[in-house]
Amino acid sequence: MSAVVFARHAMTPAERLRDAGWVAFVGLILGIPLVGLTTVDVGGRLGVETRFGLLAAAVAAVFAGRLLLRWAIDQARNRKQERDRASTATAADRAHGAQRVVNVLGWVALGASIALPIVFSDNRYVVDTATTVLIYVMLGWGLNVVVGLAGLLDLGYVAFYAVGAYSYALLSTQFGWSFWEALPVSGALAASFGILLGYPILRLRGDYLAIVTLGFGEIIRIILVNWTEFSNGPNGISSIPRPSFFGLDFTRSAPEGGQTFAGFFGLEFSPMHRLIFLYYLILVLALLTHAFVSRLRKLPVGRAWEALREDEIACQAMGMNTTNIKLSAFAIGAMLGGFAGVFFAARQGFISPESFTFTESAIILAIVVLGGMGSQMGVVLAATLLVLIPEFGRNFAEYRMLLFGLAMVLIMVWRPGGLLSHREPTVHLNASGKTAATKEAAR
Amino acid sequence: MMLKMEGVHAHYGHIHALRGIDVEVQVGEIVTLIGANGAGKSTLMMSLFGNPKASAGRIVFDGEDITRVHTHEIARRGIALVPEGRRIFPRMTVIENLQMGTAHADPANYAADTARVFAMFPILQERQAQRAGTLSGGEQQMLAIGRALMSRPKLLLLDEPSLGLAPIYIRKIFQIVRELNRDHGMTILLVEQNANQALRVADRGYVLQHGEITLAGTGAELLASPEVRAAYLEGGHA
Ligand SMILES: Nc1ncnc2c1ncn2[C@@H]1O[C@H](COP(=O)(O)OP(=O)(O)OP(=O)(O)O)[C@@H](O)[C@H]1O
Ligand SMILES: [Mg+2]
Repeated sequence: MSAVVFARHAMTPAERLRDAGWVAFVGLILGIPLVGLTTVDVGGRLGVETRFGLLAAAVAAVFAGRLLLRWAIDQARNRKQERDRASTATAADRAHGAQRVVNVLGWVALGASIALPIVFSDNRYVVDTATTVLIYVMLGWGLNVVVGLAGLLDLGYVAFYAVGAYSYALLSTQFGWSFWEALPVSGALAASFGILLGYPILRLRGDYLAIVTLGFGEIIRIILVNWTEFSNGPNGISSIPRPSFFGLDFTRSAPEGGQTFAGFFGLEFSPMHRLIFLYYLILVLALLTHAFVSRLRKLPVGRAWEALREDEIACQAMGMNTTNIKLSAFAIGAMLGGFAGVFFAARQGFISPESFTFTESAIILAIVVLGGMGSQMGVVLAATLLVLIPEFGRNFAEYRMLLFGLAMVLIMVWRPGGLLSHREPTVHLNASGKTAATKEAAR
Repeated sequence: MMLKMEGVHAHYGHIHALRGIDVEVQVGEIVTLIGANGAGKSTLMMSLFGNPKASAGRIVFDGEDITRVHTHEIARRGIALVPEGRRIFPRMTVIENLQMGTAHADPANYAADTARVFAMFPILQERQAQRAGTLSGGEQQMLAIGRALMSRPKLLLLDEPSLGLAPIYIRKIFQIVRELNRDHGMTILLVEQNANQALRVADRGYVLQHGEITLAGTGAELLASPEVRAAYLEGGHA
């Protein structure tokens, strides 16, 4: 081993004091007009009053705060360096440990999500918010295929969400299709749009890809706004039928010849039944999505996506058909987005182009990036955070989005690779040291 | 005849990178290609893969014309490339990288092929669960070669395998090239800056200059040639 000396992020006390002194000085300069001077009403005239006591306190707080912050940052850096220096063997052990924690977390999350509507069976707000979280989880998992696994930056993902939602809305209101009939068709339609988008951009990567996909998302939305005969324009489509439980409706009174859910099970009618049903429906859809994506990741197509993300030229040299790999990633990502769209339309009962703006794409992308590109469990954490922060932020009224942005910045500073950046290999070593492809889908 | 290029031209937009290349590789040979930076060596190898496609001329591999065949089809016919700069998949583990090399191979051979690669590069076996991006440069090069061998190619293309390696690793790489050829009968086309060592292991060699073949001969002939000595051997390349 060569004697590499790692620069420790340590400052001498004098340096620390000087650093904090400078910051306090800047604080003082800024603080004189902001804190030190204040206007008062002196018998109808405007007078100036000095508040140097308060200013001194503020500057002292800045000084102490800066000292503390610097110290905390250095500590964090040193710890990280220490970790990075650890040998590869322990790195593997740690990765293994991290994976175990993630697995446990996954089971806990699953248990909690199954129990949630039972515990909060009469809390409409909780069930509703949880349903929203699950929609975003599903969207995140879908986009994860494109961005996290295949490494294709897609800023127009909301387009497929819109295609799914409008497919169901139109098929059900115009042709009387049921939710379950429309679901696969809408998914297939969204997948075709994925391929449609995929073709022209096969040769693009990175920034260029991002720009074109951004444009695609906007085109779909603008078509929906302007093609009034088709989509009813900005007014959107309303009275979209709700999904039924094996033919049982969640209405107060049964349609002729049919039965209601409450009637069939001899329950008293409650609007919560539908909400809870919708919640479990999206939970099942999301879990199916998860199982599907985890399975794909272990198949040649999934590994090819990851290889494509890593190096396209190498993929070609390995005899992989990069065209098909990209198109399949777009198609499958789009299909999953389409499914989420169908659910969204069925849950809301009303959709309009306003629900499918670029902001939506940005939030879904943020979920994937914050979650740690490619990590399934990371998406769950990030989706929960990104839906809940604005909810909690309601108390802060207009500062809500500020809080949201701040939280995102902090997460990225704290974990630059995303919440869960550990990538689980698809091939494991068994005890004898031979390799074996994992049979069971890891969670 | 394993490979025959006849009057191959290739372009990158307006750049005319290959200007009528004639190269032949016989079964069981090591053929080396030397030339200055930007001469078109990597382009020649990539054009065998159809990326860029030859704009004129003919490429025949194993008796079949592959000039117009799709890039991903060419690898399936038995050509494997170890690209310039290794291009392993950094976030995937060593074993996953090897597995990617079999994208189009018979899964039944997987165990035997892994064992063969591990026998050749024991360090890869030790590091099989490690992320490939954390391997040393030399180990990454071995991984890139191992990955290419996983598909049981008939022809192996090596683009500057000694790039950026310490002398001990360079020696090791050339030793591997020799072994592959001698013990496994592998036909190899080798691009090298390291002209001296490359010509020593090679049966034959070509000198490429500005997209054209300017000299051809056996390794020994080129080593002795005054032009080669002046341009590639005495300028500190030895
Ligand atoms: N993708 C590309 N687009 C445009 N021009 C390219 C591309 N790749 C190579 N070229 C140009 O083609 C010429 C030949 O490049 P090539 O990479 O084949 O050289 P080389 O002989 O492999 O050089 P080196 O020894 O430096 O690797 C160069 O002038 C280079 O600039
Ligand atoms: Mg080159």
